[in-house]
Amino acid sequence: MVGLSMELAQGSLQRTPLNEIHRSMGAKMTEFGGWEMPVYYSGILDEHQAVRTAVGVFDVSHMGEIEIRGPQALALINYATTNDAGKLAAQQAQYSGMLYEHGGFVDDILVHKVSGEHYFLCVNASNQRKDFEHLRALNGWECQVELVSEGYAQLAIQGPFALRTLQKLTPVNLAAIRYYWFQDGEVCGAPARIARTGYTGEDGFEIYIPPADARRIWTAVLEAGSEFGVKPCGLGARNTLRLEAKMALYGHEIDATITPLEADLAWIVKWGKGDFMGRAALERQRSAGVRRKLVGFEMRGRGIARDGYEVLADGAPAGWVTSGGPAPTLNKNIGLCYLPVELATPGRAIHVLVRNQPVEAVVVPTPFYKRAKS
Amino acid sequence: MYPDQFRYTKEHEWIAVEGGVGTVGITDHAQKELGDIVYVDLPKPGDLVEKMKVMGSVESVKAVSEIFSPVSGEVVEVNTALADAPEMLNQDPHGAAWLVKIKLRDPDELSDLLSASEYQAYLGE
Repeated sequence: MVGLSMELAQGSLQRTPLNEIHRSMGAKMTEFGGWEMPVYYSGILDEHQAVRTAVGVFDVSHMGEIEIRGPQALALINYATTNDAGKLAAQQAQYSGMLYEHGGFVDDILVHKVSGEHYFLCVNASNQRKDFEHLRALNGWECQVELVSEGYAQLAIQGPFALRTLQKLTPVNLAAIRYYWFQDGEVCGAPARIARTGYTGEDGFEIYIPPADARRIWTAVLEAGSEFGVKPCGLGARNTLRLEAKMALYGHEIDATITPLEADLAWIVKWGKGDFMGRAALERQRSAGVRRKLVGFEMRGRGIARDGYEVLADGAPAGWVTSGGPAPTLNKNIGLCYLPVELATPGRAIHVLVRNQPVEAVVVPTPFYKRAKS
Repeated sequence: MYPDQFRYTKEHEWIAVEGGVGTVGITDHAQKELGDIVYVDLPKPGDLVEKMKVMGSVESVKAVSEIFSPVSGEVVEVNTALADAPEMLNQDPHGAAWLVKIKLRDPDELSDLLSASEYQAYLGE
């Protein structure tokens, strides 16, 4: 069988502070963006289910962190990103994009406003160096821009029982933190930035903690969540969960060749805030008309769409799959793809080329999965 | 773990031959590496397969893997239960979750497949 070449190139990969504990707990490890990360523990389906119905904990310490400080920090952030950081209150977070001048993505990021002179960015692991250089190059406001990833481990505690699990480990009143807000406090006595954010479509928290405390906190989360059926989870389940919730993954839905208008992310572009990097290109695209658009689809025939597979409409090449696979919660095979806008409407019949066989699929509304609000 | 009466490929398939017909499956190592198996694509009865050529695929949640035929011959039976229950491949890869039965064209082709001990040495177990 081909495709089993998952042996790891020893020594060449970066490791999180939890690497040893993942191995000792029997996680299946894989390479992701230059990092050696757990792909699953008990199994992707099992972990996916745990997050949807109970609680799961992910080591996401590979993610990068960048701090921006200075009296004019907001000016730099608002020039470098598409969303309007000026709308943030202190302790509020925001999903945003950083673009090149031509409108393609440098990265998608989370902007946290610590104070008016201090912003904390969470960025993709494999993009962190590029993001840092990009921000420094745009820094005409004498801000202090620092790549501080080595100062943080990050855990994501996700699922309907995430709050009750984490609440046992912190004096911070978690119920008072609203979705996309955060609070600085302590977890297991260690300083922690506790954000009510996530990449799974469930309620949950992402906590930024000192690397030296990561192992202790990981173990404590598993203990605290045991009465709720907590599962340690890998990047495999993180991917199926985010796909069901239709959250973009850099290198798949978005990259340097894709603009937010194409990626169905117009909502993170705030035209009213003044100039920003990439704005002119987006304005040109908006007035000329966006030609291709990201849409969701469901397989109707037997077969699973995978990243990179070709999409056909009326027998002719029309686009490509950016992410695809089984949707465990929905018991369907789903995917995201780019299609010309005239084809990008729910109900449109398409085919996905699976090993040279066209398999029937249909464009559907997204997200595929949306949790019931409690 | 790896039955002595089977022969193995370095691509992690097994074959058990009886009366000129070989039952073929994937190894326990393969199912463990793949994780949760959610889809199986197999040849049809009557299809001709060639030794170490692709005859189908199995897909886990995360990835697609091609299945190679350990021998040349004609497919005489397919395990149809796998279409609705691909997870059987994670539970009983050396038993109930066999893939296909192949009528061997040339039994000599078995000679260069691995024995159980050779396969385990190859896995480094």
